[in-house]
Amino acid sequence: MIFLIVSFLVSMISASTPLLIAASGELIAEKSGVLNLGVEGMMLMGAIAAFATAHATGSTSLGMLAAIGAGMMMALLFAFLTLTLLANQIASGLALTIFGRGFSALLGAGYVGIAAPTLSKLNIPILSHLPVIGPILFHHDVLVYGSFVMIGAIWWFLNRTHAGLILRAVGDSHDAAHATGYPVLRIRYAATAFGGAMAGLAGAYLSLSYSPLWAQDMTAGRGWIALALVTFSAWRPLWLLFGAYLFGGIMFLSLYLQGMGVPIPAPFISALPYLATVIVLVLISRDRRRIRLNQPACLGKSFHAAA
Amino acid sequence: MSAPQDQTPLLKLIGITKQFPGCLANDHVDLTVGQHQIHALLGENGAGKSTLVKMIYGVMKPDAGEILWQGERVTIANPAFARRLGIGMVFQHFSLFEALTVVENIALGLNNKADRIGLADRIVEISTRYGLPLDPAASVHDLSVGERQRIEIVRCLLQNPKLLIMDEPTSVLTPQEAKKLFATLRRLATEGCSILYISHKLEEIRALCEAATIMRLGKVVAHCTPAAHSARELAELMISAKLKPNDFAPRPISDRPPRLILDRLTIRSNNQFGTDLTDISLDLAHGEIFGIAGIAGNGQSELMEALSGEIPSGKPEAIILDGIKIGHEGPNERRRLGGSFLPEERNGHGAIGGMSLSENGFLSGHVRGSLHRLGLIDRKRSFDFAQSIIHRFDVRTTGPAAEARALSGGNLQKFLVGREVLQAPGLLVINQPTWGVDAGSAAAIYQAIVQLAEAGTSIILISQDLDEIFLLCDRLAVIAGGRLSAPMRVADASIERIGLLMGGTAEAREVAHAVPV
Repeated sequence: MIFLIVSFLVSMISASTPLLIAASGELIAEKSGVLNLGVEGMMLMGAIAAFATAHATGSTSLGMLAAIGAGMMMALLFAFLTLTLLANQIASGLALTIFGRGFSALLGAGYVGIAAPTLSKLNIPILSHLPVIGPILFHHDVLVYGSFVMIGAIWWFLNRTHAGLILRAVGDSHDAAHATGYPVLRIRYAATAFGGAMAGLAGAYLSLSYSPLWAQDMTAGRGWIALALVTFSAWRPLWLLFGAYLFGGIMFLSLYLQGMGVPIPAPFISALPYLATVIVLVLISRDRRRIRLNQPACLGKSFHAAA
Repeated sequence: MSAPQDQTPLLKLIGITKQFPGCLANDHVDLTVGQHQIHALLGENGAGKSTLVKMIYGVMKPDAGEILWQGERVTIANPAFARRLGIGMVFQHFSLFEALTVVENIALGLNNKADRIGLADRIVEISTRYGLPLDPAASVHDLSVGERQRIEIVRCLLQNPKLLIMDEPTSVLTPQEAKKLFATLRRLATEGCSILYISHKLEEIRALCEAATIMRLGKVVAHCTPAAHSARELAELMISAKLKPNDFAPRPISDRPPRLILDRLTIRSNNQFGTDLTDISLDLAHGEIFGIAGIAGNGQSELMEALSGEIPSGKPEAIILDGIKIGHEGPNERRRLGGSFLPEERNGHGAIGGMSLSENGFLSGHVRGSLHRLGLIDRKRSFDFAQSIIHRFDVRTTGPAAEARALSGGNLQKFLVGREVLQAPGLLVINQPTWGVDAGSAAAIYQAIVQLAEAGTSIILISQDLDEIFLLCDRLAVIAGGRLSAPMRVADASIERIGLLMGGTAEAREVAHAVPV
């Protein structure tokens, strides 16, 4: 029984990590007012970049760097279209996802079915030998720990630093930010690029750790879940963490239930994590005033500086 | 401060000229603001006041002319440089972040890290010293417009300015709030801060300012001492033509059953930071002009949208027009029954900027003007309709094919008023009809509204300009926080009472805020 619980919690953590990483990047982009629907595409590009680089060089660190680079390039392409050329953000984001899916499949055609190095687990000395707690908390790879550090850092950045305040200001009213003298477009470029880097890294986690193989469309909609988590958490980092783990937890819980032969129709079980996450997060973020305060008022709007 | 320095004016502009495409916005403007002086810059909309102060604040650069600051020639390249000189500016439209708190908003305007340490305490200190109560931790979107203006003023004061420029500060305040603001400004002046006060409200300039510069069509027409002249004399300087008393004869009130009944109309705003309407009730007689006064953002746009049908009410019986329940109907059905609606925003709401006048005429006139045939636009009749509006209302334009956005504010407004008037509506709801409109067009619009009422149309006039409401209306009510006061006859209403109603909720909240401070 204890073994079952441990393995359940470990699987939950690994299922939640890519969502958390991708969503934390998108959170920063959206807080600056940029709605990038291309998360799925950027994750796929990150996944293939990481896999191909790790396969060629044998280094997972270089793989992760390549994923960050690939995600950023995709995000900068999006930023150029929407921020400089003032294209519609929704349409450009959808195009970015479609492009990322196709291009990653093309690049990955030769990598299907072969193996690459896997991210090694970092064993924290002493702590990882603790019974039960050890394997659950102290026997993971760098991206799992990194995702927790990142979400904490983002909370601190948004709520405690002047730079974070400027980022929120740009997302709340780009006209007022411009009038106050802040470089709206430069800040949005940076935030979008950060979102792309995180999406790429989330892809790297999938292809180097979660299921260390390349398969076409291996993100399986996680980019969309990450996007939804940002909205349903009402743009609050700690609720985002909760939402990502809720989703990961229910996903594995339903798999375990299925494995134990609980008679629930399979399609319902596959739908359960999506349903439950949406319902729970909608219920906890019902407060209209809180949403008004947290939602970036300029989300998805083009900024064109008037003379 | 040494005595000779006091003799040097704080700011002197010589021959400032600014050319925009097709319009000379400032033509050799001279202006002198003395030390400790409250100086008025007076002029109509479009006289070039805003352009001039934008050049003082470094937002625009003059094409020609000199700026002397404390006797020395300066080139003000950007607002940051203006702030370093000691110039602060409170804009007419605030640049605030609604989702952030007061202290966060102010921190965003301070470029030096050192200035941000202990900021909340300094905000409290300054705001109590100058009688501008502010809670640093409050979110801006919970604050009244008057409170928002205080944020901008406190933000300027934190940088110890020598000159404070205020662009039409009282246009968003209740009379009581304005009085408090004047006390603050007088105190600032005695402490050594000069104030350049832009307005077209003559009485307040006579009460507040020691000197005035009057502008008309980009030129300075007079320098004077406001208290030495009557409001009428100042107005005549400002708009050149002699004013004729604009008194309309009282109209008899019809004893037929009411044209429009609002019964506890309650509507949720569809704007993120909008105001919900609560229990709005009203009876409107045939031929009556009913004014709705209030400070911007208290539910005026929502009331407009509720009446026009842009936000239909869940209850049909909440709005009854000529005995027909229309609360649930959309704009087209309401227009078919005789309603006409003209919102505040001319370009983008009242008219589509990128379409021609003839197309814009079709948009609201197609139902009653039968401008369509078999589901197709009747281009000839639409053209003629627009042409007749242009003739009847003296719209200065190249013709019905002109794009709506090419018209000046006053001309477009005349066109839009004409579009609704020519449809001979039973009910006209109009929001801020003369906002940003020149005096000549405003007079023409007033004339049209009164004639329409004489012909039996019932009119709801939503306006933030009390003079306009007192001039035109039979009865009025005040909207505050999405609730409508009891109606009163204009003849029985006093400015003080209306002012209290306008600020009712804001005053109450200020008291609540003041306690923890």
